[in-house]
Amino acid sequence: MEDYLNLFVKSIFIENMIFAYFLGMCSYLAVSKTVKTANGLGLAVIFVLTITVPINFLLNEYLLQPGSLSWLGTEYEYLDLSFLSFIMFIAVIASMVQLVEMIVEKFSPELYGALGIFLPLIAVNCAILGGSLFMQQKDFSGILESSIYGFGSGIGWFLAIVAIAAIREKITYSNIPGPLRGLGITFIITGLMAIGFMSFMGIKL
Amino acid sequence: MSKENNRLKPSLFFLSKDREALFSKKNRALLSDPMDDNNPITVQVLGICSALAITVQLKPAIVMTISVIAVMGASNVIVSILRNLIPNRIRIIVQLVVVASLVALVDQVLKAFAYDVYKELSIFIGLIITNCIVMGRLEAFALGNGVWKSFLDGVGNAAGYGVILIIVAFFRELLGSGNLYGYKVIPDAFYEMGYENNGLMLLSPMALITVGILIWIQRSKNRKLIEEK
Repeated sequence: MEDYLNLFVKSIFIENMIFAYFLGMCSYLAVSKTVKTANGLGLAVIFVLTITVPINFLLNEYLLQPGSLSWLGTEYEYLDLSFLSFIMFIAVIASMVQLVEMIVEKFSPELYGALGIFLPLIAVNCAILGGSLFMQQKDFSGILESSIYGFGSGIGWFLAIVAIAAIREKITYSNIPGPLRGLGITFIITGLMAIGFMSFMGIKL
Repeated sequence: MSKENNRLKPSLFFLSKDREALFSKKNRALLSDPMDDNNPITVQVLGICSALAITVQLKPAIVMTISVIAVMGASNVIVSILRNLIPNRIRIIVQLVVVASLVALVDQVLKAFAYDVYKELSIFIGLIITNCIVMGRLEAFALGNGVWKSFLDGVGNAAGYGVILIIVAFFRELLGSGNLYGYKVIPDAFYEMGYENNGLMLLSPMALITVGILIWIQRSKNRKLIEEK
């Protein structure tokens, strides 16, 4: 139990998708002009990461890893399909996003209205594919562990985008030198926030 | 039916009737625009993820640039050839598959010929697939333009991305560890006089701040890029 909690906290704060690995920066910069839209995109990312990481974990465990095909019979034991992992992962992500979009549209029109335009964008968000690729590298032992990792990284991303959106809403009232306005200052603020998040690195888990 | 055929023609025989010189002014602009006025990173805000994460040293940055140029040139050409055959509704999945297979190819090549850099880049090779520059240019350019133009656009944008990558990596490696491309460039005499490497440059926050400063410099020189209030 304690291990899971550690993993959860670690994936939110210490290995934050944005501040430690810069994953999903494109949509982070493009959709953070207001808190409301940032909130919608953040929720959609949490949702999709929590679903795709465990699915890709199963794929990796039973299909892609060297030796993972042994359930088919001994002659497949030495097969290594890991070169297919990019295509498999991205196909799972793209189709899951499509599926999630259809399900949400059917059962919860309000949520669909809130997330609507962001869902298709998520298929090409680096944070989602990054989550799956990190999962492959980290060698998780079970499906629960990988879902917790996906959920935690999603929350980390959500926190980061909502925080920057709130700061950007306030900063429109301040007097910033022309060339730095907009994109430039956002980069520098993100840098300062990343320094803040570095203080979490001292926590021993 | 004949109408259909006419529409398909340019995609199958990609030499159009009204021929332009291969490097006409318009085509050269496709290559040179992304370097400054329309730079993918500092102006279009595409492909930031990898630009920041792999710029601790020059070597991985250069390898990444070459990989992205290869993937973008090839994927723009393929999607441009297929552009009239791809149904609009599933175009994103088709594009992802084209890009993913090219990236898998690059991944295998690097694994075979440059294993140490491959280890360093780790997941960021795979992340070229979701690098927004690739998808962004496919959507914005290759789906609506001819093969040669798309090729130039892909290579131009990848090079514009690479320029920023290499500039950032240059400063981070020089100030952070006193090396360039793995060789020591700051003389020992400096260290004896009390100079010290700035360890913060090697950490992630300084990558963001370096890019921020680059944008600042670029926009003060090129004032038409300044954003409206």
